[in-house]
Amino acid sequence: MSEAVLLSRLQFGFVISFHILFPAFTIGLASWLAFLEALWLRTREERVRDLYFFWLKIFAVSFGVGVVSGIVMSFQFGTNWAGFSTAAGNVVGPLLNYEVLTAFFMEATFLGVMLFGWQRVSHATHFFATCMVALGTLISTFWIMSANSWMQTPAGHELKAGVFYPLDWWAVIFNPSFLYRLPHMVLAAFLTTAFMVGGISAYYLLQGRFEDKARLGFKCALAFVAIVAPLQIIVGDATGLMVRETQPAKLAAIEARWETESSVPLTLFAIPDERAQRNDYALDVPRIGSLILTHSLDGTVQGLKDFAPADRPPVAIPFFAFRIMVGLGFAMLALSWWGLVKWKRGTLLASRWYLRAWMWMMPSGFVALLTGWFVAEVGRQPWVVYGLLRTANATSTNVPASSVLASLIVYVVVYLLVFGFVTWYLLQMLRVGPVQAPQRRMIQTAARPLSLGDEEM
Amino acid sequence: MTIEHVLPVVWYLIIGFAVLMYVLLDGFVLGIGILTPFADDDRQRDHMMSTAAPIWDGNETWLVMGGAGLMAAFPVAYSTVLSALYLPILAMLIALIFRGIAFEFRFKARRSRWVWGIAFNVGSTVATFMQGLILGAVVEGMPLKGGKYVQDAAFAWFSPFSMLTGVALVFGYALLGATWLILKTDGRLQRIAFDLTRPLMLGVIAFMLLVSSWLPFLDVRLMERWFAWPNFLYLSPVPLLTALNAALLWRAVLRNEELRPFVLSLCFFVLGFVGLVLGIWPNIVPPTLTIWQAASPTSSQMFVLVGALIMIPAVLSYTAYSYRVFRGKVAAESGYH
Repeated sequence: MSEAVLLSRLQFGFVISFHILFPAFTIGLASWLAFLEALWLRTREERVRDLYFFWLKIFAVSFGVGVVSGIVMSFQFGTNWAGFSTAAGNVVGPLLNYEVLTAFFMEATFLGVMLFGWQRVSHATHFFATCMVALGTLISTFWIMSANSWMQTPAGHELKAGVFYPLDWWAVIFNPSFLYRLPHMVLAAFLTTAFMVGGISAYYLLQGRFEDKARLGFKCALAFVAIVAPLQIIVGDATGLMVRETQPAKLAAIEARWETESSVPLTLFAIPDERAQRNDYALDVPRIGSLILTHSLDGTVQGLKDFAPADRPPVAIPFFAFRIMVGLGFAMLALSWWGLVKWKRGTLLASRWYLRAWMWMMPSGFVALLTGWFVAEVGRQPWVVYGLLRTANATSTNVPASSVLASLIVYVVVYLLVFGFVTWYLLQMLRVGPVQAPQRRMIQTAARPLSLGDEEM
Repeated sequence: MTIEHVLPVVWYLIIGFAVLMYVLLDGFVLGIGILTPFADDDRQRDHMMSTAAPIWDGNETWLVMGGAGLMAAFPVAYSTVLSALYLPILAMLIALIFRGIAFEFRFKARRSRWVWGIAFNVGSTVATFMQGLILGAVVEGMPLKGGKYVQDAAFAWFSPFSMLTGVALVFGYALLGATWLILKTDGRLQRIAFDLTRPLMLGVIAFMLLVSSWLPFLDVRLMERWFAWPNFLYLSPVPLLTALNAALLWRAVLRNEELRPFVLSLCFFVLGFVGLVLGIWPNIVPPTLTIWQAASPTSSQMFVLVGALIMIPAVLSYTAYSYRVFRGKVAAESGYH
């Protein structure tokens, strides 16, 4: 692999990993805000409105960072991946353009009304704006997951002289992996947000501040996770079965399976040795691997040795990342169902260390989401369009490695700086907490677009 | 006339429209950023930012539309231009990051407030300069060979002409910003904006003259296009209208009118943009890659066209709605915390 290719991969991995944290959080947060505003419109309870405005401020900051880091993404394909854009632009370009047309404008425009329109529009209109933002985040997920799934399981195209031509757009959009990966991502985003909401509420409960509001947030998060975590495990399992059909090399890397065998064990832990093509220190549970991967105790799982070395993905990253993701998924399930039991007994908020467990799990959604994406993207290697276009042939050949190195350093420095500030301001907002939100004073003309609280930060 | 012939033209217009919308709408927001050093104090700087806070995000989305449209309709142009302009695009994106987060962070910060004031100003100015530079480098064109720029060095975009268009755009956006502030503010800040408008306008006219007289000498084909009879006759309205526009703008500022200077500044940009586009037509990557050579297949262009024809009117209508919600003067103490 040439230096420029490696650097471009590192850069893309870095900027997309940074970017995805924010949309993933705001996808769930937008729906949470729509839920809170609907609840407020029904009950007119003060605490609900205060919660809405508290989360709205966090939403605004996260959304802002998501937007600016997203603009970087929309240029990456041209600046660093000219080979990919030239070959697959005919297919991927239209999907991304639909994302802009149907989602980005809607989110950005109604966000303005949502953040600044409280004094200027009716309650119904404001709620409508919140719903449009929430809908926009979901439509955006639809298109970006379609584009990425097409790269995992390309369909509906023909390949002529190294360029992809779309034949059937329905087949392109609803490619074989799309309807598995779309719900997997949406649920992951919802869980990410639910753990932030639950964790922050638990923090206030432990501190004894805003208890009334925190109880509401905590119970909503718990109930939501208790339903969605098992759902996510089912969707994840279906996704795994699909990967075995469509991307067997990726599945072999995830499981660190070298030989094609039936009745394979479940490898809970191992150190995969790619050079020697074997696992060291493996902790195996007999036959369970086949049960999980094929839903039968003697099912056959293909091994990496079936694939030419040049066509194999790296093993260690998908293997470990997958275990972290799945482990966290089951931890989420356990935490939430345990909470249900305590809730039924009426001791939910009594034990401090249950609340502390929620605080520790606060970032679990982000970690699960990132590791899940590492599995999907590293597991697709060495291909950018699976089986058809190699990553090594997808970069910009006219960009010197020195330019890519310079941009990589700049992105790392700038993003760390931005991340530091975001964290700092979020912590400050957390310290202030869900204080009383402003009363609505409608101003008809020459208004101040002041919508949110005046409290000193 | 076949569909293969017409579709790229339609897409050229759509992308041109998106880029023009971006230049007009984010132009005035970036212009505000360029002008913040002229404010008396931090309170005025907050005031300037809050005139754009509810709408900047939607405005910036037109840039993404232009990029995604180019990728969908002219993938070869997208990959050629963006990879050749690697470093200016990097600089523009980083500058836009600082400009964008300044909107969110400045109103949250207390001790670090000044940092975001600087980020807003420098981010806006650098982003603008880079956009002007990119525009200049594209218009000037770089020789192509086998679908790639011949000079594949990292600095092929560097030229006196692209530097000139970079500075010119800083003046242009500043003019948009100043006239926007005339429209949206009052009192002392509006006075500052009024006083800035005429010097900025003189600068813009000077740069327009400089760029227009330089442009035909960049390329023999451009020269032929502009000065051959009867093209000269068809194209002459562009400079004439620009002159008329300048006179009207000057008068509107002298009369302390509030809406007209902004509208006329927007017209300035429309005319300048039309002039540039006429200059490079029918190329998408001057001097030789035409829109038909760079076009994606009919199936791709047709598929997105359906969406664009439905969604662009929808986007325009809810954009208009949001401007209506936030119409009128923005009071000094506004902004959200």
